[in-house]
Amino acid sequence: MRNAFADELTKLGDEDARVVMLSGDIGNRLFDKFKARHAQRFFNCGVAEANMMGVAAGMAMNGLRPVAYTITPFITTRCLEQIRTDVCYHEAPVTIVAVGAGLAYAGLGPTHHACEDIAFLRSLPNMVVICPGDSFEVRAALRACLQQDRPVYIRLGKKGEPVVHSGPLADFAIGKAITMARGSDACLLSTGNMLPEATEAAHALELQGISTEVVSFHTVKPLDEACLTDVFARFPLVATIEEHSRIGGFGAAVAEWLIDNSVRPRQFIRFGTPDAFFKKSGEQDYAREVLGLSAPQIAAKVADALRQTRQ
Amino acid sequence: MNIVVRAADGGIDAPALTRRAAELRGKIIGMSHAAQAAHLASSLSCADIVTAAYWHVLRIDAARPKDPLRDRFILSKGHAAAALYAALAMKGFFALQELDTYCQDGGRLAEHPPANLLPGVEAATGSLGHGLPLGCGMALSGRIKGEVFRVFALLSDGENNEGSVWEAAMFAAAQKLDNVCVIVDYNKWQATARSNETLMLAPLADKWTAFGWDAREIDGHDVGAVAEAMQRVPNGSGKPVALIAHTVKGKGVSFMEDDNNWHYRAPTADEVVKARKELGLA
Repeated sequence: MRNAFADELTKLGDEDARVVMLSGDIGNRLFDKFKARHAQRFFNCGVAEANMMGVAAGMAMNGLRPVAYTITPFITTRCLEQIRTDVCYHEAPVTIVAVGAGLAYAGLGPTHHACEDIAFLRSLPNMVVICPGDSFEVRAALRACLQQDRPVYIRLGKKGEPVVHSGPLADFAIGKAITMARGSDACLLSTGNMLPEATEAAHALELQGISTEVVSFHTVKPLDEACLTDVFARFPLVATIEEHSRIGGFGAAVAEWLIDNSVRPRQFIRFGTPDAFFKKSGEQDYAREVLGLSAPQIAAKVADALRQTRQ
Repeated sequence: MNIVVRAADGGIDAPALTRRAAELRGKIIGMSHAAQAAHLASSLSCADIVTAAYWHVLRIDAARPKDPLRDRFILSKGHAAAALYAALAMKGFFALQELDTYCQDGGRLAEHPPANLLPGVEAATGSLGHGLPLGCGMALSGRIKGEVFRVFALLSDGENNEGSVWEAAMFAAAQKLDNVCVIVDYNKWQATARSNETLMLAPLADKWTAFGWDAREIDGHDVGAVAEAMQRVPNGSGKPVALIAHTVKGKGVSFMEDDNNWHYRAPTADEVVKARKELGLA
């Protein structure tokens, strides 16, 4: 996702003279192309995220379209007040791009994990929250963000994730979930970098004769209410899947929507991380396994739940 | 109304600016009394700086508050909003009568300057340490777009406690933002204690110098000197400019000066009368 972001940003920088790139001293060589073509629109803001966010807001207030980028905790919780006050309160069209969603940087330890950012960001007025599911969604989301005028938070994984979509997404729209596969027994609503796991889980369920729909729910705010209305009406079981705390994340947003709209789900499972720091060393796949977020574990839990209702 | 105070030779008319500053203080005191709002002393300590900015230095036009080429003045010490509102109203950005709505239900003049609501307010402030990063972003946007203007950010001395101020200071120096000017209203008090007994600011000018700024100390109540120093930005040094303005909290009213109770206290009707008399406004 990271390389797709840098590549698409370079293209957008070519097309739109308002696009400015701000980096928090990461992405060594990642932005070489952008820098080579638009040296006067690239700023390494150093390890000073509060200032970077304020600078981005100041630029946006004067008609530019800054994209501010660094590792997730540092560009969210570290400078949350600047995001809230400088960006959201001023309705400054800053695109905040975080790399290392959830446990993407599991091996770096909890300082670099990001399982709370969706909760913080989606509670801020005027903020749009997008969690792309693969590199095609990253490109489409970035392009869509720079074509509208609101603050946006884009939550990237890392690099080298599986690509799920078969090609560029011409009709991508912010707030419009994408149905990846049709089914009739269970529906998996996946956001962000869990899309490959969700797809694999659906495949495993199909092999057991459970017809499974997969939706890439890339925009957590605003929610695609039409999609939610549809899937909760059609499916006996709906699951949300995210690499984020079950407190305040995508699943929580859907739960809020259910309550607020008096929608009674028949079965609703929220896959996410627990209310705890993940302190053990190990990479993302290991962490997912420990936390029950691997594709086989998701499939098993969904299949069990369906079996119980059928008994 | 919207007239820059200049002497006949185009230079600084210090006596006229001083009279404007007294009028500004009168408005601020009246607003504080009517609203029973806090931060009166903080507003008075920067009244001469605000006067120098709005009546001599800033290239602004109340008729075109969004002019891309205007100078930007950011009241980073947003708790002195009364001083900003009074200046903006006196300069014609909105009606003087609107000052009567300060802190009233449903008005536009809250205790801290609002975002995208009031003409002439460049940034919503109130949380300290935000104005300078925003100002740096504005200055850089001007550089990118080829627009020539200056950015002034008025900070409180307590605001220098905030790490984001120093992040921005290093950033501005690295980017050589010589059209950015910080004015520190150095009244030696923060909300509840002496500034230098809270976090050590001294030697404050040396700190800004060490952070790559062209820093100098000025008398923040010599409105002519303030105007002259601000007017010189950019000053040819190639560096952003820091003006450490020595001030007195509550300046202009003898019974408020250097008494930190007036950080939160609002004056009674009798005190307003006494204060106006001292200011020569009676």
